[in-house]
Amino acid sequence: MSTVRIPPVLRETVGGARTVDAVGATVAAVLDDLFARHPALRDRVTDEGQLSRFVNVYVNDRDVRYREGLDTPVGPDDTVILLPAMAGGSR
Amino acid sequence: MVSDHGLAIPSAVAAELLAHARAELPYEACGLLAGSIADGRATAFHPTRNAEASPLRYSVHPEDLVRITFAIDDAGEDLVAIFHSHTRSAAVPSATDRRAAMYPDAFYLLASLANADAPPESALRAWRIHRGHAFEVPLTIG
Repeated sequence: MSTVRIPPVLRETVGGARTVDAVGATVAAVLDDLFARHPALRDRVTDEGQLSRFVNVYVNDRDVRYREGLDTPVGPDDTVILLPAMAGGSR
Repeated sequence: MVSDHGLAIPSAVAAELLAHARAELPYEACGLLAGSIADGRATAFHPTRNAEASPLRYSVHPEDLVRITFAIDDAGEDLVAIFHSHTRSAAVPSATDRRAAMYPDAFYLLASLANADAPPESALRAWRIHRGHAFEVPLTIG
């Protein structure tokens, strides 16, 4: 069982919890389990069934885009974080 | 609960974020403002790296984003506003800004560096962005 840390911007989708539990050996598996338990969170961070490109996923504070993406391994003592990006630009 | 009265920032914070924006030229600059969302008042500016390193786009560096987000939360404060600069255009959310906005409860504070001599009151504008639509809100500096 891994811990998923929920930032303030997403807490209303998990009943106000700061952390929730999820099961899975990879980021993809953890997200599947997490979204099954918390459909409101899924609706907030996915776009047409895929994780929104505007949402960062971290394992132990490291962005998984700099590791193995959704295939990044997750251990039982690891902490996963979902955090909407802050991005944009004048064009 | 979000303030209905717009965003207020101290003069020193306005000066700090404009200095950061100028220091980052020719790239867009970005950062987070912490304080009380209920009061609509930001009291601290946390500059961040622009992972895009671009004059036309910004993305708060993911390491800075996670570190500062939870530091603000652990301190019992709120994320009040998300700041970024436009280097040559007005301080108005672009289509890119509106499409990428993921924080409906936060203010989006934009600076225009198009006019180097502009005082903070005219260089800065505050917005809310919800479902791709931007709404300007009153900004009080001081």
